[in-house]
Amino acid sequence: MMADERTNGYKSGSNLEKVLRAGYFAATGELGPPQSADPQEIVHKAHLLKGVVDAVNITDNQTAIVRMSSIASAVLVMSQGLEPTIQMTCRDRNRLAIQSDLLGAYALGARNLLCLTGDHQSFGNHPTAKNVHDLDSIQLIRMVRDMRDEHRFQCGDEIKGVWPRFFIGAAANPFGDPFEFRPYRLVKKVAAGVDFIQTQLIYDIPRFREFMKRVVDTGLHEKVYILAGVGPLKSAGAARYMRDKVPGMIVQEEYVTRMDGAVAGIPKEDKKGRKEAWQREGIQICIEQIQEIREIEGVAGVHIMAIEWEEAVRPIMEGAGLLPRPTFPAEPAPAEAVG
Amino acid sequence: MIVGEQKSLEEIMNLLGDARKVLVVGCGTCVTVCFAGGEKEVGILASALRMKSKLDGHPMEVDEATVQRQCEWEYIDPLRERLQDYDAVLSLACGIGVQAMNERFADRVTLPGLNTTFLGLPEKQGLWEERCQACGDCILGITFGICPIARCSKQLLNGPCGGSQRGVCEVNPDIPCAWQLIWERATQLGQVERLLEIQPPKNWSRSRDGGPRKIVREDLQLETGE
Repeated sequence: MMADERTNGYKSGSNLEKVLRAGYFAATGELGPPQSADPQEIVHKAHLLKGVVDAVNITDNQTAIVRMSSIASAVLVMSQGLEPTIQMTCRDRNRLAIQSDLLGAYALGARNLLCLTGDHQSFGNHPTAKNVHDLDSIQLIRMVRDMRDEHRFQCGDEIKGVWPRFFIGAAANPFGDPFEFRPYRLVKKVAAGVDFIQTQLIYDIPRFREFMKRVVDTGLHEKVYILAGVGPLKSAGAARYMRDKVPGMIVQEEYVTRMDGAVAGIPKEDKKGRKEAWQREGIQICIEQIQEIREIEGVAGVHIMAIEWEEAVRPIMEGAGLLPRPTFPAEPAPAEAVG
Repeated sequence: MIVGEQKSLEEIMNLLGDARKVLVVGCGTCVTVCFAGGEKEVGILASALRMKSKLDGHPMEVDEATVQRQCEWEYIDPLRERLQDYDAVLSLACGIGVQAMNERFADRVTLPGLNTTFLGLPEKQGLWEERCQACGDCILGITFGICPIARCSKQLLNGPCGGSQRGVCEVNPDIPCAWQLIWERATQLGQVERLLEIQPPKNWSRSRDGGPRKIVREDLQLETGE
């Protein structure tokens, strides 16, 4: 790879890239922006995750519900000393809008980017909207890679001056169908230029193990960092909902049983007691999952999704023995930085 | 073929407004085959309009006509004289037919009685499915004869999204996942390796995104006199 003085030989120079490159078991989190223009919600959530994870994904109109923009939220997150990973979907923007937003995001200091297809708008609060899908996620990865490594826009024009250098991520769903296609899809994402992968929430470790075996057999784990997606279950009902209602998700029966067992003996009227018992068990299951997943060959870290329950991430990280997080000496500000 | 679906009687009544003398014009091609706007449907709708307007206390005089193809001048031109007798014309053709009527007979308003739905086929009796989006740049040669532009909810070109499960689309379990079908066909033909090739961003300028399209074939054009 061509060295770049702006990033000291790193592709982007982001904290997440440094953690992974140094061989640490990485941990990323997730932060959902508010359905309002309130910056305080982001500041509050950022404090719950600061020093706990290496970078935090900022969702992009997640589940097709309008929220504060990922890039604007990322700037607020950075102001709190936490590194963001911008999420960008192909649902809401065409290639012009995506490139222009990414130039802006880089100029504002963002360095990690997750490239996604995007949930269909029929799931969200504007089901009559027109979608875009000018590009798919693999074409998006290739476009961002070319902006970084070839200094070219998608059309082929040269980017004169500062080009955006993102650490490029993508999602993978080891539980989606056709199951046999999934490793191919990963091969394509790697060929398109992805640097790291965050998987869909895992509640079926045997199937994930099988997926990872195929990944390792083809040597893909040496070309891309794979972060396994985990998340604490909030209640037995939540486990059932994910098992029965969420597309592309498989939940093993064992987790539903354990969540049911967590409230055994607590009367139904004791709502607080049941909630706390469920939360303790949800966090405990998540800790055990991380420990189990960490032993699987080829896994470079975990991506902890605790949307609207950011408080859970610290006890999970502590319980899994992943704190404190590695830090790196500050580097001189890049030449193009403002101020 | 072009598949259409009749608008509700209520919407049609609203569109017709104060018109007292109406001609319902069907089309003998695609919309006849999909049971939406042929001679038979014209008859049924005309009866419904007569009854509804009578019940509403403002009886409407409704006549019927069906032409072989409402999208060709030579078939609609013979209607010219007849249209003079009506306040409004209601077309049960696709959107092309409705526009052809308005373009040809500028002094009469032709209203749409159908919603033109998609380009598709009757999968079986009573079931029509979309198959083509007329994107102007056919990729069926690289997707094993199954079109992800028309049949994938996100028009993906490089494989299924994470929402494909048990062969169906996350948007609706009634929609087969196009990429599941493509994968199965590729497997059947022993050519899954071909799906590893990264398909570049599509040239949408050949689709509607490039503006309204036209085809000029000078070899077919007739010399016009002075």
